[in-house]
Amino acid sequence: MTQTQPTEELLDVRLIVNGASHDIRIPARRLLSDALRHDVGLTGTHVGCEHGVCGACTILLDGTPVRACLLFAVSVAGQELTTVEGLANPDGTLGPVQQAFKECHGLQCGFCTPGFLTTITAGLKDNPDPTEDEAREMVSGNLCRCTGYQNIAKSVCRAAELINGQGKGDQE
Amino acid sequence: MKPAPFAYTRPTTIEEALIALASDPYAKVLAGGQSLVPLLSMRLAAPALLVDINGLAELETIHVSEAGEGVVRIGALARHAAVEADEDVRRVQPLISNALKLVAHPTIRNRGTTVGSIVHADASAEMPAVLMLLDGSVTVRSVDGERTIGVHDLFVGPLESSLAPNEIAVSAQFPALAEGTGVACDEVARRHGDYALCGVAAVVGVDGAGAVTSARAAYWSMGDVPVAVDLTEAFVGGRLSDEHLAAAAELALPHLEATEDIHATADYRAQLARVLTRRVVRAAYDDAVARRETNS
Ligand SMILES: Cc1cc2nc3c(=O)[nH]c(=O)nc-3n(C[C@H](O)[C@H](O)[C@H](O)COP(=O)(O)OP(=O)(O)OC[C@H]3O[C@@H](n4cnc5c(N)ncnc54)[C@H](O)[C@@H]3O)c2cc1C
Ligand code: FES
Ligand code: FES
Repeated sequence: MTQTQPTEELLDVRLIVNGASHDIRIPARRLLSDALRHDVGLTGTHVGCEHGVCGACTILLDGTPVRACLLFAVSVAGQELTTVEGLANPDGTLGPVQQAFKECHGLQCGFCTPGFLTTITAGLKDNPDPTEDEAREMVSGNLCRCTGYQNIAKSVCRAAELINGQGKGDQE
Repeated sequence: MKPAPFAYTRPTTIEEALIALASDPYAKVLAGGQSLVPLLSMRLAAPALLVDINGLAELETIHVSEAGEGVVRIGALARHAAVEADEDVRRVQPLISNALKLVAHPTIRNRGTTVGSIVHADASAEMPAVLMLLDGSVTVRSVDGERTIGVHDLFVGPLESSLAPNEIAVSAQFPALAEGTGVACDEVARRHGDYALCGVAAVVGVDGAGAVTSARAAYWSMGDVPVAVDLTEAFVGGRLSDEHLAAAAELALPHLEATEDIHATADYRAQLARVLTRRVVRAAYDDAVARRETNS
């Protein structure tokens, strides 16, 4: 976490994360990724490179994927933020993209997974029925060091099936 | 790493923003932050004050005018993604949307601004070179008033534009596609979405008989600033063959600065410039011919 110098001004900021308001006092330089993890206490958003390249910190800002490590928390006060914690169904069961990752082995260590899940959730809203190429394109801005991406691409297509209501039992 | 401390303000009118920016010689504008935040986090920059322009809805506009020569005017807060998706922009100057597809990844384009990318003046970036090729301009404002800077006076050196520290760029103007011309662009990058090792955009004019009347290309990642080169004289008699395209590439090379870094040797970069010049000029020619056919 950023060390706050005694003289540094603190700002009162209201973040709206997964529908809930959080009032936090932070310096202006607090990255959104750090504010979510340390000030709000939601550690699902992961921090890999901290300069926009890896995609692990991707969250949804008013429904659109953005890098949390390239935003200052103060700059998005009052806007709707969705983190990986907000992707589960209201009853706590896995959301469709999460379920697809589980079924298709779309994760190994899981470090990159939150960024993929948020990116794909928004991507499937724009393109509910992606081809395999489009599925790859959808995740091309996210890095994974474990899976080799094959099962992530499969998870995208499976998530699309689940969202489009093509039954749970049709997986071979 | 984390940014050094800075003061922060988020004005709601451009006038307030200009006053804030003028109040501190070490103030900086924060637009999409997709270039600035990494620089702050790596402590390559440590401004005293950040003036966040994301609250200035008036700068979000994208305006297309088809009167006269036609122009696309992109407001300073228009995100790359919004410009790329704009149908009017695509129709009036298709090179803008074509080139934006090469800028970073969609997630970065959701936040980064096209005007921010231009005034950031990265010679590896696509949009400064496109503005250079099309002979566009940037309009800036300060507490002292407004001025428009032609693209040839805009790029001073690596990551350096001719904006004064107290100026905010409010819009960039890209001239429309002229009748009888076509455009294309392409680049080679280590990975899709990365900054290119070499990139080329071209505008080619053709007459009714299919002869080349003009050919210009612009290059990124080939020096400290984007470079535009007139290649018309390579197409002797207006003809376009593999030999003419190869001659055009040789004509461009002396204007380019192929440098060596960890990603590519200078020779390899020069070779990419040759290959991409041939490929992109031909594609722009084909585009011009296709547009003539659909218009007639
Ligand atoms: C992983 C990654 C990959 C990328 N790949 C590419 C790529 O391939 N090609 C490419 O072109 N870009 C790439 N980018 C950069 C991206 O395009 C940025 O959006 C763009 O360079 C800067 O726009 P911004 O709005 O984010 O500006 P900011 O980061 O907010 O600002 C950049 C600089 O411009 C100044 N500035 C911005 N707007 C104004 C204004 N209106 N008036 C005065 N000064 C202003 C700021 O003070 C700052 O100095 C990449 C970024 C990342 C993180
Ligand atoms: S941590 Fe944000 S992109 Fe890597
Ligand atoms: S599962 Fe380990 S980095 Fe992707």
